[in-house]
Amino acid sequence: MSIAASWYLTLAAVVFTIGAIGLLIRRNVLVMVMCVELMLNAANLTFVTFARELNDVGGQIAVFFVLVVAAAEVVVGLGIIVAIFRRKPGATADDAHMLKG
Amino acid sequence: MVSGLLATATIPDAITFVIAAVIVIAGALGVVFMKNPVHSALSLIMTLFGIAVLFVEENAQFLAAVQIIVYAGAIVVLFLFVIMLLGVDRNERISVENSSAQRIGAIVLGLAVLVEVLLLGTGQWVTGAHSVTGSLTGHGANVNVIGDSLFSTYLLPFEVTSALLIVAVVAAVVLARRHDGHENVEVEIGGKEAHELAASREAAVGHDADETSAEDEASLR
Repeated sequence: MSIAASWYLTLAAVVFTIGAIGLLIRRNVLVMVMCVELMLNAANLTFVTFARELNDVGGQIAVFFVLVVAAAEVVVGLGIIVAIFRRKPGATADDAHMLKG
Repeated sequence: MVSGLLATATIPDAITFVIAAVIVIAGALGVVFMKNPVHSALSLIMTLFGIAVLFVEENAQFLAAVQIIVYAGAIVVLFLFVIMLLGVDRNERISVENSSAQRIGAIVLGLAVLVEVLLLGTGQWVTGAHSVTGSLTGHGANVNVIGDSLFSTYLLPFEVTSALLIVAVVAAVVLARRHDGHENVEVEIGGKEAHELAASREAAVGHDADETSAEDEASLR
């Protein structure tokens, strides 16, 4: 027998919460993107847990696609961050209001 | 709590889970509370390794390998590249980073999320049908099962994924490209360094680019 699924789900919930709080309290854009990665990983852990629990390959496939989307998201996000920092060195999330009318 | 963990698991399983969980949570806290972004990125690697261990424990060996190769090997290295490129690898004071009202609001919201997800996670959730898109056990190793499913049932999403990656690469190149002439970075970093920058660029470009460097000089003034 292996560990009950609720342990994994609890751990994933804790990690997701830490990521969400970090996203809300930090203003460094890079750390905010890292917190988004934390939340994605918590969701991945949940997917794998349910895949095991329901004996269904779909959960693991979903994690595979989440990984790909996360990679694309990081590439584009970091590109935007580099572009913002080039205009305004030392920018935080509050400084990125160029689109404001 | 310990007996609850051991009720369904063997002792090695339980020990592995506890150690991996501690590593995951410590890394996650490190990402949020480290002052230096480089340390945050290294804490993120710690979390990712812990989650890879948990994946192995849940018989998702392929995903554990991909987790380490893609996340720890590529994504975090990309983070570190950008941190070093931007030169933001210095400590920042978290205490003055935001107002206390924002922090209190964040913690309240976070705890609400935690309670909600915990209620969902530990309640009556096993209502789904089993093995709808294919069984995880039965025919071959984990990689075989995922490969079979990925290249039959999920073939179209898989191909769309490759298109997505191409779009992301093109977007990264477009976003990170330096637009000479439209940039005002040189003005912002000030006189002496700007002149050094222009001089080094002139040396790098060579003699046949006198016109562009003259334009640069003009834009600097």
